[in-house]
Amino acid sequence: MSATPSATPSASLSATRFATAQQLSGQVYGALLNHRPQLTALGDAVTQLPYKAAPQAPVLSVMPRHMLAADGAPLDVPAGVPGLEVGVALGIVIGRVACRVPLAQAMDFVAGYVVLGEVTLPLASHYRPALRLRARDGFCPVGTHVVPASEVPEADALLMHIDVDGQTVQATNTGDRVRGVAQLLADVSEFMTLQPGDVLSLGRSHGAPLVLVGQQVLLRIEGLGQLQHTVTADLAVVAGQGA
Amino acid sequence: MKVARVAYAGAIHTATPHGQGLQLADGRVLTEDAVVWLPPFEVGTVIALGLNYADHVKELAKELTVTTQDEPLVFFKGPGSLIGHRGQTRRPADAQFMHYECELAVVIGHTARQVKRAGAMRHVAGYTICNDYAVRDYLENWYRPNLRVKNRDGGTVLGPWFVAASDVPDPHDLGLRTFVNGQLKQQGRTSSMVNDIPALIEYLSEFMTLRAGDVILTGTPDGVVNVHVGDEVVCEIDGIGSLHNTLVGDGTFGTFGTFGS
Repeated sequence: MSATPSATPSASLSATRFATAQQLSGQVYGALLNHRPQLTALGDAVTQLPYKAAPQAPVLSVMPRHMLAADGAPLDVPAGVPGLEVGVALGIVIGRVACRVPLAQAMDFVAGYVVLGEVTLPLASHYRPALRLRARDGFCPVGTHVVPASEVPEADALLMHIDVDGQTVQATNTGDRVRGVAQLLADVSEFMTLQPGDVLSLGRSHGAPLVLVGQQVLLRIEGLGQLQHTVTADLAVVAGQGA
Repeated sequence: MKVARVAYAGAIHTATPHGQGLQLADGRVLTEDAVVWLPPFEVGTVIALGLNYADHVKELAKELTVTTQDEPLVFFKGPGSLIGHRGQTRRPADAQFMHYECELAVVIGHTARQVKRAGAMRHVAGYTICNDYAVRDYLENWYRPNLRVKNRDGGTVLGPWFVAASDVPDPHDLGLRTFVNGQLKQQGRTSSMVNDIPALIEYLSEFMTLRAGDVILTGTPDGVVNVHVGDEVVCEIDGIGSLHNTLVGDGTFGTFGTFGS
């Protein structure tokens, strides 16, 4: 070993065009279970084992560089699983260093918005991070451009669609969230500082459709753009193997 | 080979150990407290293990709502959580139980995808020490451990040295110790890992491509105790080094004002 290893920025993030002067070069974080119907659907399970109580702080995940993918990248289904659960989510692009941001000022820290995909293997539980199911290579597609916040007056009421093979299978919007854009940014920045170029996902909606090998998936957010992906078989991998 | 990254006199430098402290690549010899220590390599993805020492699992058993574990418990941490040797970590005033975790950090040297156990160690560039703080008061049973517990600003201490793998003959036979204000509080051996390093690389690389600079924090043995504002916490691993950190209170960080406006 001749030198210490060095990280290189994600190709997919640094390659995205950014409509403001900022570089979209940062870390992607995402809210989980942020669509109210997701918690409603869990019913009494929310207060039973293993959860014991409804979530208090924002439920969050980190999406590292291996998860990021460009528009058009294939979505790989490992052998042994029926398909992928796909979602579309609003990506909030941070414009200024955001540390303990008050709710009333939170929107000042948003540079713009980008469409994100949120892909997982079918999930049965929300107890553990389950990275093997949620954090596979390419499971977080990132849109091709950022729309400045000034052009998105109502970020909490944007229509979102998922089309599979030309048919709309999910039509929701960015509203009805446990935390909307401003509240999420305020609550997250209370304990973790966000940097310009970081992206905070508002999270996918309840009822992520299952997509199968060979299908075409289109993820759309009104006014922001779309992501198009083909679901492919990853023949090299057998899901569930490992330690 | 041991190297550090430090800030000194207006620039960032690579440094190596020296009898009086450390030596910069340009020849200057400095004491440990004369420089600002950064994480010792350019950090990529941070992958952390929970419950990877059997004795620690037993220590926490009372508060776990599910104890069976059929695969490694892994989670990610973001770049904002990282700080270097001799840094400060904030201890929230409202927390009753915040503790250190002394861990062997395994640094990936080159890309690993679907690597089998037998070839896994070839992907390791070297090692450093991590003190992976947790604030247990904030634990919730949703995607546990949740980020409010484990991904706080400055809560992941890395360093002081990056130690090349060739200088560590057996990473699975190292003693780990944590001292709080000079008193030994935590002690274990890396031989007690539930999933050892090649097992972790095989498991992770099955679903995620590991790249140079990615780091695996391999978990902590038992002996975690509450720490207080003003405490000095030192995590030590045989042959790797001694990682210092000081707890500071909320007051140090002021309150939000008109920053950035």
